[in-house]
Amino acid sequence: MNAAAAATDDIAIAFSGITKRFPGVVANDGISLAFRRGEVHALLGENGAGKSTLIGIMSGMLAPDEGRIEVDGRATRLSSPADALRLGIGTVFQHMMLVPGLTVLENLMLGAPWWRLRSRSRALARFRELAGLLSVDPDPDAPVGRLSPGEQQQVEIMRALWHGGRVLILDEPTSMLTPKGVAELGAVVRRLRDHGVAVVFVTHKLREAHALADRISVLRRGRVVGALGPEQLRAMGEAEVLDAVVAMMFGRTERADALGEVLAGGVGAGPALRPVDRTRPPRLVLSGVSTVGARGECALAGVSLKVWPGEVLGIAGVDGNGQKHLAEVLAGQRPVSAGSIMLDGREIAALGVPARRALGVRYVTDERLDEGIAGEHPVAVNLVLKEIGRPPLWRAGIARWGAINAHARDLICAHDVRTPSERTPIAWLSGGNIQKVLLARELSPDATLVVLGKPTHGLDLQTTRLARERIRNGAGARDAALVVISNELEELLETCHRIAVLDRGTIRGIVDNRPDAERAVGRLMTGIAHAA
Amino acid sequence: MSAAELVTGAVRILLPVLLALVAGGLVLLAMGADPLAYYGYVVERGLLSRTGLEASVTRMAPLLLIAAGLIVAFRAGLWNLGVDGQFLLAAVVVAALAPALAPAVPHWLMVPVCFAVAFAVGAVWSVIPAFLKAVHGINEIIATLMMSFLGVGLANILIKLVFFDPATTVPQTATLAVEDRLARLGATTVHWGVLLGVAAVLAVHWLMGHTALGLRLQIVGSSPRAAIHAGINLRRLTFVAFALGAGLAGVGGAADVMGVHGTVQADWNPAYGILVIPLVFLARFNGWGVIAFVFGFAVLMIGGESAARRVGVPTFFVLVLVALLLLFLAVVEYLDHERRRRRAA
Repeated sequence: MNAAAAATDDIAIAFSGITKRFPGVVANDGISLAFRRGEVHALLGENGAGKSTLIGIMSGMLAPDEGRIEVDGRATRLSSPADALRLGIGTVFQHMMLVPGLTVLENLMLGAPWWRLRSRSRALARFRELAGLLSVDPDPDAPVGRLSPGEQQQVEIMRALWHGGRVLILDEPTSMLTPKGVAELGAVVRRLRDHGVAVVFVTHKLREAHALADRISVLRRGRVVGALGPEQLRAMGEAEVLDAVVAMMFGRTERADALGEVLAGGVGAGPALRPVDRTRPPRLVLSGVSTVGARGECALAGVSLKVWPGEVLGIAGVDGNGQKHLAEVLAGQRPVSAGSIMLDGREIAALGVPARRALGVRYVTDERLDEGIAGEHPVAVNLVLKEIGRPPLWRAGIARWGAINAHARDLICAHDVRTPSERTPIAWLSGGNIQKVLLARELSPDATLVVLGKPTHGLDLQTTRLARERIRNGAGARDAALVVISNELEELLETCHRIAVLDRGTIRGIVDNRPDAERAVGRLMTGIAHAA
Repeated sequence: MSAAELVTGAVRILLPVLLALVAGGLVLLAMGADPLAYYGYVVERGLLSRTGLEASVTRMAPLLLIAAGLIVAFRAGLWNLGVDGQFLLAAVVVAALAPALAPAVPHWLMVPVCFAVAFAVGAVWSVIPAFLKAVHGINEIIATLMMSFLGVGLANILIKLVFFDPATTVPQTATLAVEDRLARLGATTVHWGVLLGVAAVLAVHWLMGHTALGLRLQIVGSSPRAAIHAGINLRRLTFVAFALGAGLAGVGGAADVMGVHGTVQADWNPAYGILVIPLVFLARFNGWGVIAFVFGFAVLMIGGESAARRVGVPTFFVLVLVALLLLFLAVVEYLDHERRRRRAA
C-alpha cells in the first residue's frame, strides 16, 4: 500500500474548509482533511482542540457552518446520523450511545429498516463473527445497562462495525481497555484497514497513535497544525515521532517536555512513592468478601486484601471483572453476601454509606455523571451530598443554607472549580470541573480509606498529571489507605505501592511495584502466571 | 434570578392559561355560545359575587390539601395518580367516624382524631404501590391508578353495605350535624379547612426547600443513583413520600366531608385529584404558585357551573378547559425545551 501514489479516488471521505462555530468559540476553523481507504488516520489534540466537533460532523450529528464534505468524491450533506450510517460511516463515541434497557443483541439490531424482519439467528451469527473478530465475549442477552463501561464499549465497537463500513471512527477507543485489549483492538483495526476501511482514530495517547496509525494529523484550537504521512512515519523512530507530535500539539517545546512524559506514558525515572510502614497494623482488611451480582454483572468471589496506612493499592483488570462491586462494597453502597471488612480493627461490613463516611471512608466514583452528582441540583448541594442532615450544616434536620453556600464557596476556591456560582446546577459544568467537585467532596485530611475509580478517565493531560501526583501524595489525607481502581496499567504503575489483579471477581495476585511489575501484572492479567 | 428569567418564567406559566382560554372560547363559539358571556359569568359568579367567592374559597380546601400531597410525591419523582381513591376512601371513613364520635367526645378532640384517621387511611392506601415501586421497581403510575379504582369501589361498598344510614332512601353515610362541622371563618360560609390547606401547601413548600428530608426526597426524585451513592435510603423515602402524599389527599377528603358535605353519598366522586395535577405542574411545584392556581381553578369550577347553565353548554365544559390547559402546557413546555436546546447547541 503506497499512500504517496494514492489517487484521489482512494479518498473515502474528504473535508475542505470545514468551520463550525459555537457561542464564544470556533470549534473547527477551516479544517481540510482527507481520510483514505485502507489507512488508519490518527487525529491527535488536547481537550478542546476540536476533535469531538469534527467527529460529530463526520457522523452526521452536527452540521458544519461552512465547508464541503465529499464522500467517494461526491459532495454530500451528512444531515443526520442515519445519513452517515447509510453511507457506511460508523462511530464509536467516547460516551455510551446504547439503550441501557435493551439487550446487547437488541441494541445491535436497532437501526435496521422498519420493513425488514428481525432475524435473531442472523443477528446472532453476525454477533458471533464480530465477537470472534474482537476476541470478546459479552452475553448477547444481557441488558446493556448491566454491563460495565468496558463491556459497553465493546458492544459499541460491534455496533459501528455491524453494517460493514466505509469509515470507522473510534473516539478514544482504548481508554477502557487493558494492554492486551488494546493489542487486540489494534489487530482488529489493522484487519479492517486491510479490508479497505478508512479508520479514523482519535486519541490522547501518542504511543497508541504511533503504533496503529499510517497517518497522523494534529489539531490545535480548531485548526490542523501538523501532519505526518506514511513515509515520514516509516522513516522516523518512535521517539522522533513523539517529539514532533508533542511539539505540534503544544506549540511550545518547554511545556511539551513535561506533558510529553505523561503523553508517552511515564517515560523516565519511576515515580517517588511515599514509604509505607508495614510494621503498623493494616488499616483495611478484607477477608473472603463475596457479593451477589445481577445477570451480566460480575460479582466478587472471596476477595481478601490488606492495605496499610499511607499505602496506595492498585486494582488492575479488564472492566467488568468485579471492580464496580469491589468499590461499592468498600463504600457501603452494596451489601456483602459473605466475608468481613475491617477498618482499623472494626467490622464495617454491616454499615451503610453515612456511617462509613463518618469513619473516614471516601469513594470517588468513576461514574461521575450517572451517580456521582445530582445534576439538576446546585454545586453547593452536590458538595454536601453525602452529609445531608448532619450538623453543623443542618441543625435538627433544618438546612442552614447560608452555611452550606459558604462551605461551598470555600471548597470551590480551594479546589479551583470553575463555576459561575455555588448555586449553578452542577450539570452545567464541564467534566473536569465536575471531577474537581467530586474530589473536593471526597478528599479531606481525616479520611481513613479512599477508593478512587478511574481517577483520571476523560481528564486532559495537565489535569491527569496533577491528579496522579496528588494520589501519590496520599490524596489529601494524612494516613489513609488508598485503593485505586483503574484499567490503565500505566496509571497504577505511576501511583501505587502494590497492584492487585482482579479477574472474574477474584484476586489473581498482588504484585509489588518494582521495575518488573508491568510484566508481572501482565502475566497475571493474561492468566500466564499465578502469583505466589 | 435575572429579570429575563422572571419574564420567561411568567410567560411559561401564563401562556398555556391564555391559550387554553382562547381555544376554549373557540370551542364555545363552535357550540353556538358566546365565549365572552361564559367567561363573564364565570368571573361574576365565581369571584365577584359574595356567595360565589365564598364557595370558591371553600372549594380550595380539598384542592390545596391534595396539591400539597402531590408536591411531595412529584418532587420525589413519584407519579401518585391514585389521589382520587385515597381521597374518597378517607372521606368515607371520616363520614362514618365523625358522626359516631361527635356525641361521645369533645369537638376539639373529634376533629384532630378524624384528620389523623383520614391521613392514615390515605397513607395505608399508598402502601401497596409504594412497596411495588420500592422493592420490585414496578411503575407506580399503573399501580396507583389501579389502587385508585379499587379505592373508589371499596368506598362505595363501604357506604352501601357497612356505613349506610338506615334513615335515608339514597345510600349514604350518617350525616354530621351542622354544629359539629368545621368552624366557619367569621361571618362567612368558609370553614377553617381552607386555612389548613394553605398551611399544608406552605409547610410542604418549606419542607422541600429547607429540611434534610425535603432535599433527600428531591435527590431521590431527580437522581436516584446519586441518592444510592450518597447513602440515602431510597426504599424508606419512597414509602415516606407516598405516605405523605396520599395522607394529605386523605386529609383533603376529611376536610371536604367535615367542612362542607357532612356525609358521603354512594357513587360520589368529585375526581379532584386528576384536576389538581395540571395545576401543580403549572406552578412548577412552587407552593405560592399552587395556591394562586388553585384559587383561579376554584373560581372556574364554581363560576363555570352557573355560567354553563346560563349560556347553555354542559357543566363539564370546565373539563374541556382543563384538558386544553394540559395540552397547551405540554406544547409550551416542548417549545421552551427546544428553544433552550437550540441556544445550548
